[in-house]
Amino acid sequence: MPEPENRLAARGLTVGYDRRTVIEDLDLDIPDGSITVIVGPNGCGKSTLLHTLARVLKPRSGSVLLDGEDIARLPSKEVARRLGLLTQQPVTPDAITVGDLVSRGRHPHRRLLRGWSAEDEEAVNRALAATDTEDLADRAVDELSGGQRQRVWLAMLLAQDTPIMLLDEPTTFLDIAHQIDMLDLCATLHRDRTRTLVMVLHDLNHACRYATHLIALKDGAVVAQGPPGEIVTPALIEDVFGLPCQVIPDPVTATPLIVPLSRSHDTTPTA
Amino acid sequence: MTATAPPKAPRRRRIRPRGVTVTAALALLLGAVVVVALGVGDYPLAPGDVVATLLGGGPPGAEFIVMELRLPRVLLGCAVGAAFAMSGAVFQSLTRNPLGSPDIIGFTVGSASGGIAVIMVFGGGAAQIATGAIGGGLLTGLAMYLLAYRGGVHGIRLVLVGIGISAMLEALNAFLLSRAEVNKAQSASAWLVGSLNGRGWEHLRPLTAALVVLVPCAALLARNLRMLELGDTTATALGIPVERSRLALMTVGVGLTAVATATAGPVAFIALAAPQLAKRLTRAPGPNLPAAALMGAVLLSVSDVAAQRLLAPTQLPVGVMTGVVGGLYLGWLMLTEWRAGRA
Ligand SMILES: Nc1ncnc2c1ncn2[C@@H]1O[C@H](COP(=O)(O)OP(=O)(O)OP(=O)(O)O)[C@@H](O)[C@H]1O
Ligand SMILES: [Mg+2]
Repeated sequence: MPEPENRLAARGLTVGYDRRTVIEDLDLDIPDGSITVIVGPNGCGKSTLLHTLARVLKPRSGSVLLDGEDIARLPSKEVARRLGLLTQQPVTPDAITVGDLVSRGRHPHRRLLRGWSAEDEEAVNRALAATDTEDLADRAVDELSGGQRQRVWLAMLLAQDTPIMLLDEPTTFLDIAHQIDMLDLCATLHRDRTRTLVMVLHDLNHACRYATHLIALKDGAVVAQGPPGEIVTPALIEDVFGLPCQVIPDPVTATPLIVPLSRSHDTTPTA
Repeated sequence: MTATAPPKAPRRRRIRPRGVTVTAALALLLGAVVVVALGVGDYPLAPGDVVATLLGGGPPGAEFIVMELRLPRVLLGCAVGAAFAMSGAVFQSLTRNPLGSPDIIGFTVGSASGGIAVIMVFGGGAAQIATGAIGGGLLTGLAMYLLAYRGGVHGIRLVLVGIGISAMLEALNAFLLSRAEVNKAQSASAWLVGSLNGRGWEHLRPLTAALVVLVPCAALLARNLRMLELGDTTATALGIPVERSRLALMTVGVGLTAVATATAGPVAFIALAAPQLAKRLTRAPGPNLPAAALMGAVLLSVSDVAAQRLLAPTQLPVGVMTGVVGGLYLGWLMLTEWRAGRA
């Protein structure tokens, strides 16, 4: 395999839990400056892949390369300054306030004996503003709605301020307007600075609209990858999700729009 | 702020005024408790006289009573209480469970086993019992780490394994006591209750030396401990060496319990109750080590004064007091945890 040209890549990755293998011998390149969206059915290994890229899970063999170096050999704080992760089910400490939670995103930038800096404060305020959570800053995270909580966790990731961000289903608990807000925010992050975003999304139409690079995952293996307009076909969706569908151009963005058909034999709805 | 500041002045979000206020109030309370504790006894002294004596003045004869007879015991109570409480705060935070404190998950009992074993075999001077207690605590910690380790030590597994180990060690302690000669069994039983009776400067020195090492370690690790409360995944993503931090924190936590047990015996429930009470007051996440330590010192000092004066001239061991009060608290805690579906 040639040396990767991109900041984040995987070579010969095999990952599993106990005896079961989820991902086997995977090579992957995340294009720099892309919004890479990973799609695939429940349990196909999307979260496992994201966790391995963020060195939360240790691969059985193979390695994740960050700027050409094995991520397992880099100091953990150094990795955390370059790469951030928003996990699917984050753990909220008891009694923590929004401001406190978001400021914990600054941890990798802090020194042992140096206090809270103006730069830290600014990053936190920027993150709160970007996610529209400033008014929640003094509230307890326990008391927020699922969607508010999701935005707060995103704010923590933004406060971490890394050039590469991995997000596992960031839109799950959001209403439709906030889903679009969240994705627009991601698009802005990507446009404003040369950041790389890797997202797991379940909504294929959102994926097609916002991804610059789409990866379709099935049973831990990449079935197809590339710009959504080039790879998304009814055959691909049928292969990955087992779902018959039609693909038409999105009337707003002209990206592929997936229109599912029924999975039963009779594909025309009866009611 | 200058005139160019935005309308909503940015706040320093790391500082929690409530936490600072509570900690300061607890420190004042502890000061008051210490003064009262130094004044009560067969020769009662007014608080003013106690303070004057501490400052070098005071009524004639008071200096010997305060400085030599009462001060070492009062300081010892504060230090032991603080050590138990900090250990409890560390473990409750690590396990993310209020029941995950060293007196529930076996470290205190393990230290007790070490102490009893030494009393059985060597008869047991203070130094030997202390060594036995520390050895027992560290061995228990090691056993628990190995048993609970399965690709990483996780909260609830540590609590469950710990409760199991605790039960087995209780049985071992009972067995050891039943096999002992009468006088040894009696001194071991007395030690097992936990007491500050007859403790003096010679007990305070080794404890202080141990705390001078352990407390700064705990303080340095507290930041990582707060981050671990975000869960292993997020903590790793934020650059925390999770397993290494956890091992270091367990070592410090076991060390704190072990040296406290070595000094005063396995005094019940301070480690369980003090951090929780402190947390209820500060309403802040994380281990809240300073507030927990002060609360532990207050609880143990008050309990010791009560234990000495309640049936005076009979001196109760302080462990009886903390046992009664803490037992009620544990019952209440189990009930609320069970209602919340967490235990
Ligand atoms: N901690 C774990 N221990 C054991 N098996 C696990 C663990 N986490 C995930 N798995 C298994 O690994 C496989 C991949 O899981 P993963 O969470 O990566 O799926 P996913 O693609 O993210 O699914 P979803 O869309 O539901 O989030 C699944 O079969 C799952 O049961
Ligand atoms: Mg997932």
